[in-house]
Amino acid sequence: MDALFAIAGRDFVISVSDTSNARSIVRMKKNYDKTYKLSSHTLMSACGESGDIANFAEYIQGNVRLYSVRNSQDLSPSETANFIRNELASSLRSRNPYNVNMLVAGVDRNTGESSLYRIDYLAAMSKVPFAAHGYCAHFVYSVMDHEYKEDITLEQGFAIVKNCLKVLKERFIVDFPGFTIKVISSSGIREYSTDDI
Amino acid sequence: MEYNGSAIVAMVGKNCVAIAADKRLGQQALTVDMDFKKVFPMTDRAYIGLSGLATDVKTVHDTLRMRVNLYKHREERVIEPRTMAHMVSHMLYERRFGPYYIEPIIAGLDKDQKPFICGTDLIGCPNFPSDFVVTGTASDNLFGMCEALWEPDLEADDLFETISQALLNAVDRDAVSGWGAVVHVITPEGVITREIKNRMD
Repeated sequence: MDALFAIAGRDFVISVSDTSNARSIVRMKKNYDKTYKLSSHTLMSACGESGDIANFAEYIQGNVRLYSVRNSQDLSPSETANFIRNELASSLRSRNPYNVNMLVAGVDRNTGESSLYRIDYLAAMSKVPFAAHGYCAHFVYSVMDHEYKEDITLEQGFAIVKNCLKVLKERFIVDFPGFTIKVISSSGIREYSTDDI
Repeated sequence: MEYNGSAIVAMVGKNCVAIAADKRLGQQALTVDMDFKKVFPMTDRAYIGLSGLATDVKTVHDTLRMRVNLYKHREERVIEPRTMAHMVSHMLYERRFGPYYIEPIIAGLDKDQKPFICGTDLIGCPNFPSDFVVTGTASDNLFGMCEALWEPDLEADDLFETISQALLNAVDRDAVSGWGAVVHVITPEGVITREIKNRMD
């Protein structure tokens, strides 16, 4: 029941996730951040089995950090995404695979180009201009398909996000307590509140 | 096999081969990506198309790329399409009781510039037809189209037209494949790659 989606422009990515931590019919927390900072310019957001997410995200975070400490260089977004996919793919054929869906958003510090990778729990990865996971995908994909154009500005991106949230409020039976909106650009990761955009 | 959706076809022509695939990645009925690669160049004369579960498409491509590169270094020559087909067949049979859910197609020109195509099932049983080979969720439709359109000794241009029409009309009657297509025509002079637009519904 999580809402997780992201939109990429030429040099930025907007990542949106809801802040509800729920299991079955019980909400345990309503200001839960579902994003994980992997490096100064790479952000991963995840949904799925909450225990698996915590474990897997921490493992990825640790190993991506370890790489940058060992090599005095950060992994690029594509390298990070491929590393995550590889770990998830090997876990898929193990006795207890991780049940985690992810969006990996980042800006390459050398080229300045943004990228967004969508990875599902089967470790099927695709590089996309916009992406969504879970039930919310059925609602927001149509909005993003309709409004997304190549090379959108940040303001246009926020306008799409606003409409996505509007559709979720209007048509989705789940009432989300709030959303984490983060923008990854060449200047790093910045958080916005829903009122800011 | 039907979870992500795909359609791939390869055809033999006169001193050339063609391989074509759709570009859709879905999760059942939900389309997630309209630019998903399923055909990969392994050498400049041999291409592989992988249909089936998208995660295994990537896993098998990565593993095969590693093995093809190791072969190149060990043997100090570029792998032949036929050898690669057997390599793929072995790779898949290694996982006999926990298979990769993919059905690959290999297309290429051998060292005498003779066309070669090959398809295998998910556990690596190869077949080497002399005309065309199809795989993916639209394979039934592709069989029909290829049976109707293919003829022997097509030149590169005609082969391109034939394989494109076969693929396009096959995916239009399949709900989970299509959304654009890519065609590679492999000739002794080089590879011609074209992206084709088609119905997006």
